[in-house]
Amino acid sequence: MPETTFLEAVNSALKEEMHADERVFLIGEDIGAYGGAFKVTAGMLDEFGPERIIDTPIAEAAVIGAAAGAAMCGMRPVAELQFIDFISCGGFDQLVTVAAKSRFRNGVPCPLVVRGPAGGGGRGGPFHSACPEMWFVSTPGIKVVFPATAYDAKGLLKSAIRDPDPVLFLEHKFLYRRIKDEVPNEDYVVPLGQALERRAGDDMAIITYGAMVHTALEAAEELAKNGHNVRVIDLRTLVPLDEETIIKAAMETSKVMIVHEDTRRGGLAGEIAAVINENAFDYLDGPILRVTAPDTPVPYAPTLEDAFLPQVSDIITKANELLHY
Amino acid sequence: MLLTPRHIKASGTKTPAPNKDHDKKAKGGELYGHYAANRRLLDKGAKYFVQKRKFSADAGLNNEQLLELYRLLFETRRLEEHLVALYRQTQVVGGVYRSLGQEATAVGCAYGMRDGDYLQPLIRDLGATLTHGVMPLAMLRQYMAKGTGPSGGRDLNTHFSDPNVGILGPVSMLGAMVPVLSGCLLASRFKGEDKAGLVFIGDGGSSTGAFYEGLNFAAVQKLPLVVVIESNHYAYSTPTTTQVPDGNLVRRAYGFGVDVSHVDGNDVLACFEATKLARERGLAGEGPTVIVAETYRRKGHAEHDNQAYVEDNEIEAWAKENDPVDRYVEFLSKGKHANAKVLEQIRNEVEAELDAAREQAVAESQPEPETHLQAVFDDGTKPWPHYESWWRGGPTHREDS
Repeated sequence: MPETTFLEAVNSALKEEMHADERVFLIGEDIGAYGGAFKVTAGMLDEFGPERIIDTPIAEAAVIGAAAGAAMCGMRPVAELQFIDFISCGGFDQLVTVAAKSRFRNGVPCPLVVRGPAGGGGRGGPFHSACPEMWFVSTPGIKVVFPATAYDAKGLLKSAIRDPDPVLFLEHKFLYRRIKDEVPNEDYVVPLGQALERRAGDDMAIITYGAMVHTALEAAEELAKNGHNVRVIDLRTLVPLDEETIIKAAMETSKVMIVHEDTRRGGLAGEIAAVINENAFDYLDGPILRVTAPDTPVPYAPTLEDAFLPQVSDIITKANELLHY
Repeated sequence: MLLTPRHIKASGTKTPAPNKDHDKKAKGGELYGHYAANRRLLDKGAKYFVQKRKFSADAGLNNEQLLELYRLLFETRRLEEHLVALYRQTQVVGGVYRSLGQEATAVGCAYGMRDGDYLQPLIRDLGATLTHGVMPLAMLRQYMAKGTGPSGGRDLNTHFSDPNVGILGPVSMLGAMVPVLSGCLLASRFKGEDKAGLVFIGDGGSSTGAFYEGLNFAAVQKLPLVVVIESNHYAYSTPTTTQVPDGNLVRRAYGFGVDVSHVDGNDVLACFEATKLARERGLAGEGPTVIVAETYRRKGHAEHDNQAYVEDNEIEAWAKENDPVDRYVEFLSKGKHANAKVLEQIRNEVEAELDAAREQAVAESQPEPETHLQAVFDDGTKPWPHYESWWRGGPTHREDS
């Protein structure tokens, strides 16, 4: 199998789904001749033409709104946001108000995918670095996907495009060109709603997703040098949340830490802690700990951003507290 | 804060009534108000037209079609009166949003579309839903949150959809459906369907960013979208002069680089003709048209609104001099399209149908509470009735118009 970057994996998922299903089309800003701000759609205009690779005005409400309307009328649109932060520009209303509620209130399915680069580490400052997943995790009617590997990016995006409901697909921009996986050329899917155990271990569990999977795995390797076997769970999909795998990890390791790049207050860690509390409280041998970004906007200067983002050393420090609790 | 005459009045200072020309009598569809000056201004460059209806001008419709329009206007008004009565009996859940005085815009514009076209009504477009094929029974069920209603009791009044019959229910966030209708038309383009779309918006809703983004996108893509701005003087309590400089919605619309029609919204035939033309233009690849329909909301935002912000005698003047149903009856009578007996027969038929629908809807139940978790995502459940239970098809003679 060829070694493929995360970015190439997204590109090949889009191309394969467009070849397989004539209902699939792309809509977004600068996705045509330019190939997208991160070049995810490079070459696709030549391959599919301007009817199926639709460049739009700078108008996120129009991008997601038109995608929602087309989805309600039988198409399978994939809307790209240049940076996922820009979903606050009118696109939020279209996703939360129109798409998320369409089936529930009217019985009209709205199978669109909104995808775009999320996350920090790129020195993009407060408006190009956000992890906005919780706005949508707390909105009934939207599925939220946040892959960590190239293999999963391709397989999960294919599932998202084929899903009968709206999906927000978050691509961590720091991973686009930094990680490579063996990714099959043939068709495969990774089902939504299934977490994956990335590393086995019974001394404690780290539950995480997105780019933090790699940070957590690095920390787990360090901890192993001192004889601690740390399990690492990659959630992959935040809605639907694989509660079964979370509860199983809590029961089998008795010590759970949750790591995410999103800010702390109202972050997914709180929800996961509640799920464990309700289902596996008696199995715990220590408090559920969180390693997250602090409750600030994402800063610009490398010194500030590195302090903002959870680091391997932060995870190791907290893990030692929990392991020795 | 911008001080409009109405705000000055609220603070106790006496000023001349705004838009004094409103008091001038309408003659055969002549436009009311302060738009006259702007009309001349735009004559120089913009492609738009103003309808000045003569009693003999029938907009190319035959007698059956003209009577169909009368039936729809009357049905709209009477159905809303039933809803108000049910509201006072606490049968209605939530508010009732009247279109009294502006029924001609909703009915006339929807009559300019075809079965299969997409239509997005707002709360005051009950007449458009009836014209596009929704049964009066469905509206009664919706307002009373019955499980048998199109949304299965999950959303309000005109908020229900089925793209298969071209009904796209609004969301309450105004302007949001303009990009959505554009997306529906993109889908039709992909499928090679000959469909146009009609989206209603108010003078207030046309101030939103979503309206701008959606209309601009449709214009760039040259989609066959007809946007009807129902300029009814008030967005809740806010006058049009607070929405847009000089209250000039025509100038606002012209800025999109699309064709603009400025019509008398209380002239049902003018609304029909403008929409028909806009639809044809759109399907010929000429892009969207904005129709600014001048009308007047004679009731409050909803039944609870006592309209204290309205000038004295304003409502009465519109009711007396520019009621869309009265004007149409006068047109039909003077043009010898129908005699009193024919109109009475239509009214009797509508009354009987509405009485029966009301009785049936009142007797039905709200949805079973245990269904409330269903269908957030595709879970195989279908807690909404099929459209055949609420869609009767567009009016018989509309297709020939």
